[in-house]
Amino acid sequence: MTHPVESVKLYAAVFAALLALTLTTVAISKLELGEYNFIAAMTIAVLKGTLVVMFFMNVRHATSMTKLFVGAGFFWMAILLVFLLSDYLSRSWLPAPGWL
Amino acid sequence: MADSQSILAHAPELQHHFDDSAQQFESSTLGMWIFLVTEIMFFGGMFGAYTVYRNLYPEAFASTSRFMNVTVGAINTGVLIFSSFTMVMAVRSAQLGRKKALIAFLFLTLLLGCVFLGLKYVEYHEKWLDHHIPGSGFQYEDSRYVRQAQVLFFLYFAMTGMHAVHMVVGVGLLTTLIVMAARNRFSSAWFTPVEMIGLYWHFVDVVWIFLFPLLYLIGHTT
Repeated sequence: MTHPVESVKLYAAVFAALLALTLTTVAISKLELGEYNFIAAMTIAVLKGTLVVMFFMNVRHATSMTKLFVGAGFFWMAILLVFLLSDYLSRSWLPAPGWL
Repeated sequence: MADSQSILAHAPELQHHFDDSAQQFESSTLGMWIFLVTEIMFFGGMFGAYTVYRNLYPEAFASTSRFMNVTVGAINTGVLIFSSFTMVMAVRSAQLGRKKALIAFLFLTLLLGCVFLGLKYVEYHEKWLDHHIPGSGFQYEDSRYVRQAQVLFFLYFAMTGMHAVHMVVGVGLLTTLIVMAARNRFSSAWFTPVEMIGLYWHFVDVVWIFLFPLLYLIGHTT
């Protein structure tokens, strides 16, 4: 009635990929890569999140309506962070006294 | 009157204001996702606060991140991912109408959720012994960053604490599912609650997938 029954193999493969990515991100965090530590950690987190949302939460088989809502949710979250940072990161550019 | 009879007669799992099971299922899925989007907004506020304070206090942030227990955090990430796997296996068992497997996988998911919370307790206890709980008893090793560190530990407890509250709710929901499954409430034709609570469980997993690198992994190198 709902969505096709997936094979155990597929779920096990996603599970294995998630574990491998967790080990990778811990290993990368031990290296001194400057700002690339942050970029690598976030890239892997987004990758893991996408795997869970697409395969475990089955959004790839969802209706377009559901996909639109899911996309809108994450997009709004991105707006929140980008606009926040565009404020806080640019404050030091102006020769004004610090506020904190 | 045969026509009206055939309209009124429908499978017991289908509520009569829906055309068919597929439409009924789509409505539930969309509704659950709308709730989860409000949850994204809710956690988004805390991720926003974290982003701001991390940028305001980079030195204090690097200093406090030394006190995060990466080993326990990594094990907990593995535990949660494993519980997500057992959750999809539970949904799959429900789809196939395998009651015993459904209950077994739900129970395993519940157990892993409890393991996560137990390890969280170990971590919080460490913070308690180190006097790293924000409040009047707060002490910090580096005297330059006492006030800033307190803000950052507050964020740590707010974010992991709200996540843990969601886990506790999830444990309650899983218990309800196990009772319902044992009472034969689900069949391969109707198991919507299993699927929806599965979505909730995976969402809580996704929140942790972002919390783990942000709180535990980055910072000590910057």
